[in-house]
Amino acid sequence: MQVTLKIFRYNPEVDTKFHYETYTIEGQETDRILDLLEHVKGYNDGTLSFRRSCAHGVCGSDAMRINGRNMLACKALVRDVGTTITVEPLLGLKVMKDLIVDMEPFFDNYKKVLPYFINDSPLPTDGKERLQSPEQRARFDDTTKCILCAACTTSCPSYWGSDDYLGPAALVAAHRFVFDSRDEAAAERMHIVSETSGLARCHTIFNCTMACPRDIQITKAIGELKMASITGKLD
Amino acid sequence: MANVHQFEVVVVGAGGAGLMAGLYASRGAKTAVISKLYPTRSHTGAAQGGISAALGNYEEDKPEWHTYDTVKGSDYLGDQDAIEFMTNEAIDAVLELEHMGLPFDRTPEGRISQRPFGGHTNNETGKPVRRACHAADRTGHMILQTLYQQCLKNKVTFFDEYQVLDFLIVNGKTAGVVAVALATGELHTFHAKAVIFATGGHGRIFEVTSNAYAYTGDGAAVLLRRGLPLEDMEFFQFHPTGIYKLGILITEGVRGEGGVLINGSGERFMPKYAPSVKDLASRDVVSRAIYTEIREGRGANGSNYVYLDVRPESVIKYAAMDERTNPDGSPYTITGEQVLAKLPDIIDFCRVYLGVDPITQLMPIQPTAHYTMGGIPTNKFGEVVIDDKNTVFPGLYAAGECACVSVHGANRLGTNSLLDLVVFGKHAGLKAAEYANQADYPNLPGEAEAGARSQFDTLRNGPGKENAFDISTEMKKVMFEDVGIYRSGSIMESALDKVLELKERFKHVHVTDTGKIFNTELLNAWELGNMLDVAELVTVCALNRTESRGGHSREDYPQRDDEHWLKHTLAWKEDGKVQISYKPVVVTKYQPKARVY
Repeated sequence: MQVTLKIFRYNPEVDTKFHYETYTIEGQETDRILDLLEHVKGYNDGTLSFRRSCAHGVCGSDAMRINGRNMLACKALVRDVGTTITVEPLLGLKVMKDLIVDMEPFFDNYKKVLPYFINDSPLPTDGKERLQSPEQRARFDDTTKCILCAACTTSCPSYWGSDDYLGPAALVAAHRFVFDSRDEAAAERMHIVSETSGLARCHTIFNCTMACPRDIQITKAIGELKMASITGKLD
Repeated sequence: MANVHQFEVVVVGAGGAGLMAGLYASRGAKTAVISKLYPTRSHTGAAQGGISAALGNYEEDKPEWHTYDTVKGSDYLGDQDAIEFMTNEAIDAVLELEHMGLPFDRTPEGRISQRPFGGHTNNETGKPVRRACHAADRTGHMILQTLYQQCLKNKVTFFDEYQVLDFLIVNGKTAGVVAVALATGELHTFHAKAVIFATGGHGRIFEVTSNAYAYTGDGAAVLLRRGLPLEDMEFFQFHPTGIYKLGILITEGVRGEGGVLINGSGERFMPKYAPSVKDLASRDVVSRAIYTEIREGRGANGSNYVYLDVRPESVIKYAAMDERTNPDGSPYTITGEQVLAKLPDIIDFCRVYLGVDPITQLMPIQPTAHYTMGGIPTNKFGEVVIDDKNTVFPGLYAAGECACVSVHGANRLGTNSLLDLVVFGKHAGLKAAEYANQADYPNLPGEAEAGARSQFDTLRNGPGKENAFDISTEMKKVMFEDVGIYRSGSIMESALDKVLELKERFKHVHVTDTGKIFNTELLNAWELGNMLDVAELVTVCALNRTESRGGHSREDYPQRDDEHWLKHTLAWKEDGKVQISYKPVVVTKYQPKARVY
């Protein structure tokens, strides 16, 4: 079948302004949008630039807007999005070239929430693992799935409004550690996410949850952090 | 030379091995980690089923059994001293990951949960043992995230989206690397005392693969161009269960949880090939079994795939036939909810890419190019060795999939890749820091960037008669079909001709993008050059080894030949020609014997 791709193009070394190019190529229902982009790059225009690596939705490289929605190009199939497809870079981050955006502000926000395990207590005397019940482990399972693709954060109107907002992905990282029974820095993290650039900027719009390619219940996770912030309790 | 950085240790690659190396090296020396991807994009994150360690959290297990299983899995080509070293370190390595916060699944007692995996056995009963420590079916993701997080905590210096193009040697010693910053196109020289390569494998030389686009054999190719040898390049693992056509990995954990392989006649076929452990035989054995079924006309719908069945009613039926029990001795059962809880990503992949729900439907699968057993030769401390006497190259280290210790020999055991990168990443980092502390910075060569610059210039100035995408497609096809699971001399001779023809055509490629900022066309063309170099070496080494062993299956030489071939291959380039020599396999406790599962 014929597939029409309308792709956002911007080369800062040549263009003063972005434009769209349209390519009509042969495709199949089961093609990933990433496959089509590869085809365009291989045969229509080698300068088309985008990030990709794993090609099956686990590395987080190729988040972009496909027909207006944030998706991973490797997890969106023609049968899901149709044969007339508009592909654009993520909103809210500076476009570096074509579909590549500047990820540095995104990772900077991630780094603000102490996104690492903190437990300075002595290890168990037998030298083995710290014990954690299956129920305690399940408590934060959902937020361990995050691949830092930025689909959530760049779908959030609050983030578009002010990029000092930590954004959903950073809050997801905070949740993953705050609700881990083994971690000891919940209070410190709760202090960080309770600042004005944190939880208060979430207005429960649910765009993040809709955008997440890992099906993380992001708005729910942020809600749990809000509840903890209000009550001072983690359960 | 505007962009010169000085670090005592430079790590190239930021997957599991690179991050572990960076973490340990940075504790003792000024260290930078350079990666062509953001670290969390690395292919370690795609590993699913688990990391092995004889914790014995459900049932008796011991490192000795893990050692023997690995030796047997390797078809006796693994070096037994290195394997023993790894399996003895395994328990502490997994516990260290837990102490770093890795969210393993848990047993009812709160310990790390473990599942059966291919080739993991109780050596006394021969029955499968639960040795794979897991976090759902995204164990690699959890390892990658945890190690990156710990690097952030320990303030490791990263250069994200920098592609290393060249390795600098001065007076026979390591002097650094040259990289291009993808965002600016500028070349950067990293002046270093020690360099650790952790650049992953080269599965992208094959058409159907579970590997990421990034897996183009960069580290191996860079060193090959500098005259260093690579070891056992003929050995590549084809994982039995990739999603049909796409090659996306379906973890062996599916079979660990009770899934079985079914041919087009609806028959469970693995008992014919591996009467004892059946569907949980080593990967090479299962992949060949699937191919045999297909060749003999028992593929699904007369085509080149079979089915993986993890529907609860099937799992329960076959578990009863196998007399499989839970740790408490009760008959093994599973529900749809449990399948979903244990294998959520697999279910998701099948629903997204196949439109198939594995809880009620069969998954169409075919073997997929998965893991590079060969690579940059090292000893068990991650030091790169360059000849049959294991002479160390000063200041150069390698770890993870790009390295060949060799702990995997002719066929890697499932879950040993994650173990490999944690154990040897750590030791490479420690050794590199130790070396850097007693070494001075060598002088940089006068024209440090010249090698890198000329590689790019060639691609920019090619005549443009050939399309890189076509060359890439043709290479992948010939490698998958003719240098794949089954191999034979005459077919590989013509495959080699084809690869050499493609290498010649590659000289006529012209990169159209003349820009500097994110010139991904230039980068992809450079990666294709690496893949062609590696593909040539794989084919030459596969032709040269006239026996069948592990993942290397010669139809014209179907038997393992210990008399002539119980040895490692070393291959390097000299005046454009591949040269081959050998080095002995280290055999300690386990004399080679017939391999039966």
